[in-house]
Amino acid sequence: MIRDITIGQYYQTESVLHRLDPRTKLMGTLVFIISMFLADTWIGYALSAVYLAAIIRLSHVPVSFIVRGLKAVMILLLISVGFNLFLTNGEHEIISFWIFHITWEGIRQAFFMAIRLIFLIMGSSLMTLTTTPNQLTDGLETGLGWMKKLHVPVHEISMMMSIALRFIPILVDETDKIMKAQMARGADFESGNLIERAKSLVPILVPLFISSFRRATDLAMAMEARCYHGGENRTRMKPLRYENRDRLAYLVMAFYMAAMIALRSLL
Amino acid sequence: MAIELKDVSYVYGAGTPMEVRALDHVSLTIPDGQFIGLIGHTGSGKSTLIQHLNGLIKATEGDILYNGRSIYAEGFSMKELRSKVGLVFQYPEHQLFETDVFTDVCFGPKNLGLDKEEIQARAREALELVGMDASYDEASPFELSGGQKRRVAIAGVLAMKPEVLILDEPTAGLDPKGRDEILDQVALLHKERGNTVVLVSHSMEDVAKYVDRIIVMNHGRAVFDGTPKEVFRHYKELEQIGLAAPQVTYIVHRLKEQGFPIDGDITTVEEARRAILEGIRNRK
Repeated sequence: MIRDITIGQYYQTESVLHRLDPRTKLMGTLVFIISMFLADTWIGYALSAVYLAAIIRLSHVPVSFIVRGLKAVMILLLISVGFNLFLTNGEHEIISFWIFHITWEGIRQAFFMAIRLIFLIMGSSLMTLTTTPNQLTDGLETGLGWMKKLHVPVHEISMMMSIALRFIPILVDETDKIMKAQMARGADFESGNLIERAKSLVPILVPLFISSFRRATDLAMAMEARCYHGGENRTRMKPLRYENRDRLAYLVMAFYMAAMIALRSLL
Repeated sequence: MAIELKDVSYVYGAGTPMEVRALDHVSLTIPDGQFIGLIGHTGSGKSTLIQHLNGLIKATEGDILYNGRSIYAEGFSMKELRSKVGLVFQYPEHQLFETDVFTDVCFGPKNLGLDKEEIQARAREALELVGMDASYDEASPFELSGGQKRRVAIAGVLAMKPEVLILDEPTAGLDPKGRDEILDQVALLHKERGNTVVLVSHSMEDVAKYVDRIIVMNHGRAVFDGTPKEVFRHYKELEQIGLAAPQVTYIVHRLKEQGFPIDGDITTVEEARRAILEGIRNRK
């Protein structure tokens, strides 16, 4: 049941996108997000649609798998579309009652808003689908290495992040197991009013907290036993290095960004 | 009164690259009052199989009948099924959550909607069954030793008075003494209450000593099904799938090869002792 969420998941397959340096992908995601806020015309959206479609194609991740991730944000999407649709003021009014107005501008705005959100989610989930959590934090650590000079504990933060990410599937499994164990003892998580349901979570949360603490102390012990003491003088088994494909990717990004800016200022 | 599996298959993660067929057309009948050992190495599908028996996992294909009625039929109460088929998971002590031992054991019967007196009577009885006297009632479950925690957790399921008791590796991580105590108690329960017991284990010694019937799982299929003697006769095939017969079976076979007059179908140390003594006496 919990396994249906695809946002933040990694999709194991072979593609150029999977092989790209995580820093390149992080930058690419950032560029794509910015570009989505630059787009405000049909041509702008069409260009980013083509760009996104090309990247999805390159990633070898099935489109249906990416689309499944949208389900989780469906409600958010509907709310924002609703707000834009009913509450945008404009000249070309179609229907109007009480405080609600449906205008041509509103329809346009709602449509663009929906597309923008969908593209943003698809674009950013594409990054996590093609990058393992470890690569991602490695990318962040190296990419943000300059912040160490500002006394930002980059290594520590990225280590915490990678531990947190590493433990998500374990805790999901654990939750599943505990839920099943309590269901075997007749627990019911689906019926009853809100308070009853909240109460029925206690038999899951208490064991889950206890096991998280146990795992945390075990891990801390194991790290200390291997003399871990933070990021100073720490070397990597696989240092990140930019390849030709990364240079090409940066070039593509630059062209895309330039086109988006040009479209915005020209039209 | 029996559980019947008809051609049950289960697929994990259908439609993703991680698709795994955990059960592959398994058909079994678990009659009343039998003590069954379910063995197989990690990933053979035994845990998946037992979770089907009380409806925690729904079979991808096939049907499961409880007392002749399909558990997937409309109107079949899963809650009732779970009160009749008690499942003790691996490391059950991880599911303890209450502030004291007694209240934790009460959780199961309370969910059945029984009245307070009945709940407390059942909890007391279940705790006695696993050998935890009233002096532990007030203790926090987290203060107990590993073996005690495990017993409290098993009592939590026993308090629901299930007709079928399934235990997934109940002795994992216990010392030999704790292991024998738990298994002896389970065997006693089987004898006194007449419960059907399904014991999941990878220890051939444990299984051979207690059970009436062994089901061997491999790659999601039930490959052997019979009495311990019948199953361990296939000890060479068992080795091929990463399992083994009890050590004493090997000794007996070696003795037989050396020309010692002994029956090869021996599975427990006690039987072996008697047979060897008899063999020596006959020789003289």
